[in-house]
Amino acid sequence: MKRTTLGRVLALPAAAALTFGLVACGSANEQGDNTGGSGEGSGLSGTISGAGASSQEAAQQAWQAGFIGQNPDVTVNYDPIGSGGGREQFVSGGSDFGGTDAYLDDEELAKAKERCGELVEIPTYVSPIAVIFKLDGVDQLNLKPATIAKIFNQQITKWNDPAIAADNPGVQLPDTAITPVNRSDESGTTENFVEYLKATAAADWPHEVSGDWPVQGGEAAQGTSGVVQAVSNGNGTIGYADASQAGELSTAKVGVGDQFVEYSPEAAAAVLDVSKRHEGRGQYSYAYDLARDTTEAGTYPIVLVSYGIACANYDNAEKAELVKSYFNYIISAEGQKASADAAGSAPISDQLRQQIKPAVDAISAAG
Amino acid sequence: MPPSTDRPRAQKVPLRPGDRIFSGASTGAGVLILVVLAGVAAFLIVEAWPSLTAPAEDIPGGEGVAVYVWPLLFGTLISAIFALLIASPLAVAIALFVTYYSPRRIAQVLGYLIDLLAAVPSIIYGLWGFTVLAPLTVEPANWLSENLGFIPLFAGPPSATGRTMLVAIIVLAVMILPIITAVVREAFRQTPRLHEEASLALGATRWEMIRMAALPFGRSSIVGASMLGLGRALGETMAVAIVLSVSGGVTFNLISSANPSTIAANIALQFPESSGIAVNTLIASGLVLFAITLAVNMAARAVINRRKEFSGAN
Amino acid sequence: MPTPTTSKSPESDLYTPLSGVPLTAGQLPRGAAPLTLLVVALAAVGFWQFADWSVAACAVLGALVYTLLIYTWSRIVEGSRKATDRFVTAVVTCAFLLALLPLVSVVVTVLSNGLARFDTEFFSYSMRGIVGEGGGAYHAIMGTLIITALATLISVPVGLLTAIYLVEYGRGKLAKAITFFVDVMTGIPSIVAGLFAYALFALIFGPGVRMGIMGAVALSVLMIPVVVRSTEEMLKLVPNELREASYALAVPKWRTITKVVLPTALAGIATGVTLAIARVIGETAPLLITVGITSSDNFNPFDGRMATLSVFSYYEYVNPGVPPQFSLDRAWAAALTLIIIVMVLNLIARLISRLFAPKTRG
Repeated sequence: MKRTTLGRVLALPAAAALTFGLVACGSANEQGDNTGGSGEGSGLSGTISGAGASSQEAAQQAWQAGFIGQNPDVTVNYDPIGSGGGREQFVSGGSDFGGTDAYLDDEELAKAKERCGELVEIPTYVSPIAVIFKLDGVDQLNLKPATIAKIFNQQITKWNDPAIAADNPGVQLPDTAITPVNRSDESGTTENFVEYLKATAAADWPHEVSGDWPVQGGEAAQGTSGVVQAVSNGNGTIGYADASQAGELSTAKVGVGDQFVEYSPEAAAAVLDVSKRHEGRGQYSYAYDLARDTTEAGTYPIVLVSYGIACANYDNAEKAELVKSYFNYIISAEGQKASADAAGSAPISDQLRQQIKPAVDAISAAG
Repeated sequence: MPPSTDRPRAQKVPLRPGDRIFSGASTGAGVLILVVLAGVAAFLIVEAWPSLTAPAEDIPGGEGVAVYVWPLLFGTLISAIFALLIASPLAVAIALFVTYYSPRRIAQVLGYLIDLLAAVPSIIYGLWGFTVLAPLTVEPANWLSENLGFIPLFAGPPSATGRTMLVAIIVLAVMILPIITAVVREAFRQTPRLHEEASLALGATRWEMIRMAALPFGRSSIVGASMLGLGRALGETMAVAIVLSVSGGVTFNLISSANPSTIAANIALQFPESSGIAVNTLIASGLVLFAITLAVNMAARAVINRRKEFSGAN
Repeated sequence: MPTPTTSKSPESDLYTPLSGVPLTAGQLPRGAAPLTLLVVALAAVGFWQFADWSVAACAVLGALVYTLLIYTWSRIVEGSRKATDRFVTAVVTCAFLLALLPLVSVVVTVLSNGLARFDTEFFSYSMRGIVGEGGGAYHAIMGTLIITALATLISVPVGLLTAIYLVEYGRGKLAKAITFFVDVMTGIPSIVAGLFAYALFALIFGPGVRMGIMGAVALSVLMIPVVVRSTEEMLKLVPNELREASYALAVPKWRTITKVVLPTALAGIATGVTLAIARVIGETAPLLITVGITSSDNFNPFDGRMATLSVFSYYEYVNPGVPPQFSLDRAWAAALTLIIIVMVLNLIARLISRLFAPKTRG
């Protein structure tokens, strides 16, 4: 008992100190950042943090990687806490920029203008939502909007239903029960998908539009990866998910007008060009009411449009400069290609880029 | 039990500054805990208040807080209770096995293994339930609904992916199994050796010894440990969020894909995209969960208090 | 472990009935139980291999058959008391083995999925500027260690002092209240702890604040009760004679506690603390809300977002890039790392127990 404690007690803090000693060195890929960066360093430095839609996370990672590659002294953080949280944090000043699957509502817009002067709100991430399914022996399906609505509303319960068969001549449809899979978490993907159903098949889709799945009794899974996994695990399953994550699963062609359109980045981005800008929200706000019911050939109307939000006026000149360059990178052809490669998004068209460029350039610290 | 020093005489001794500081610090630490807990409760109530007073139409679902929380509460209770029903007998069996049946050397290793499993992060159990366990249950679920469909629990229609309440219950049971086992094992270890040996000497078989010496001694610990496990199962968040397919109202049906969510999982799933009154509603559901845990703990305490304290301090 | 003494070979006259009651009963041959188990297990494996049944079904069936077999046999040869004993032994053993199945399955799953990315890059790289393949979790490992260390720094003094209060000082209503509410605190759902820490810091620093220390506070709320409970148990085990001997030598109470009571209980306390750490290190939900995530190194817990293994693993799984496999591999590898950290902590706890164990106890 006598000669016990001191030495042994000291051992614990020593072990702790050792742990913290390790902390001093950074990770291998960050050691050489300052010296190894490209010579043409832009002179930008600092940290900006954003938060918002989880749908953008993969894209944000690609943008960060590209942007940091050009500006080695910059750190960009993006916290995929969700659109709602992202908007709330942005308008309350908790983050430097935000990402959101739905544009700000009027109340949020008013608060944002209080913080920012003008709100910069631009579509940065356009992602087609694919209708994915797994059905043994079938890998191609044509589905009309009304049929999709009935399937997800559990009115069509068998794969060999006449409504499905009518659009798919020559396909051997089995007598398997349909298991529709939806997101269990509230999400922009759900909201956009439901909005599409409501716009194109209102008669068969009596539910309200929200980020929460309205139909009870289906299979529900968390997150895009959960839905994809659930659809893959079953047979006779059908779900909706970001097209980039569909992987090996079959995707349905969707009825637009009299045709059936397979999703593709171009077809998805085309929707923005036929959609109307939501007026009266300020000169730098490019919020779109998507033309879900378009009959234009070659458009794929089930898309998720996610916005980047920033202030036109920041208190801090360094922040303003960083956010402006970051957003400029995001909408550049290079940035859009990076996100297309990493997240499977649809690059925005040149025409749209021309339109929203002035909004990004307006970001400044004046005021 | 506090040491039974001779109180009246101790009071005559003048309090040394060291004593005063030390007892002050330790009292302070105890009070700090009360303050933190009060803080948690106050935070929950303040944040939940707007949803309790808001008109029913503003609450998600449009029918008020009670209607919103009830299915969640039901899902929480049914999953936790069934998980407990599975886990606690198994845990007692494991504890018995480790304490009385397995060779000593193996028992040590097993004890270590069980402690380790108590600390495996819940997200791992969730991923395991989703990717490994769920697909395995599809066929048994089909069989259950075909042959035992008259029992409401197995009414079906069975889920095509296996992400059912049944799987959530099993995952929860597996998660709380090590926790309950650890406590029960500790209790069995403290069974007075003399009782055990006396009953064996009187010719009792091993089971009779366990039934007459070990189990009565450990009964309150078993109840206490089960309550601890129940509390953990009630509050489990990530594993349920990942495993369970949530899309239905109140149902006893364990093998369909339409299941009520649980409170904790629902908070995790809805919180990121919620704003305004919806957040308040979620926190109100958290308050309900807090109240249930409180009740469970009170029950457990009541049971444990019935047992006399055994401690080295006489 | 007391072992029942086996009866010596009975002498012949013991078989003669004493007023109709035989003094000994028949016994199953030695090794009857293990042998039966072996035979049944082999049969079950055979079923699994050739009859194409699922593993679980075979295991359950095997367990049932074994239990029935040994019970009936024993009942016929040994009588009902012994049979019940054998029956319980079989049930307990089978239950133990059955319960082990899912636990083993969890470990195997994590190992088989996690080993894919268990390479040096994973342990030396952060995710800064990484798209798709590669990258690592160095930043997350460090973040987890820092935040957990901070949580420990907060919880251990508070928990230890509270336990000392409860055992050495506490009397009356306050002590009762603290004991009860510590129990209540063990039941706080982790996500509620996270919400609480977030609300607390948002009150001081404004909304949207994210700091490592917030996570540490949230984890402390979960950790303190565990520390209190285990420390309390250990302090209670310190024999009262030691305290009295110390008082008798006119040692003040606080010196008695620090010099006699705590050292005696130190081994148990260290184990309890380590288990408490293990309990919180894998928490996801509270860290998700309070600490957020970053892809770069940030080792300053008072400034901005940090990465932690559990949150890292969660996001890599929930929001994978294209193709998803790289992210999923990273998620499993992070989970495996977490388990290994917990395992090492447990080993350290054992080591400490052994090092500090007072020599007084055999």
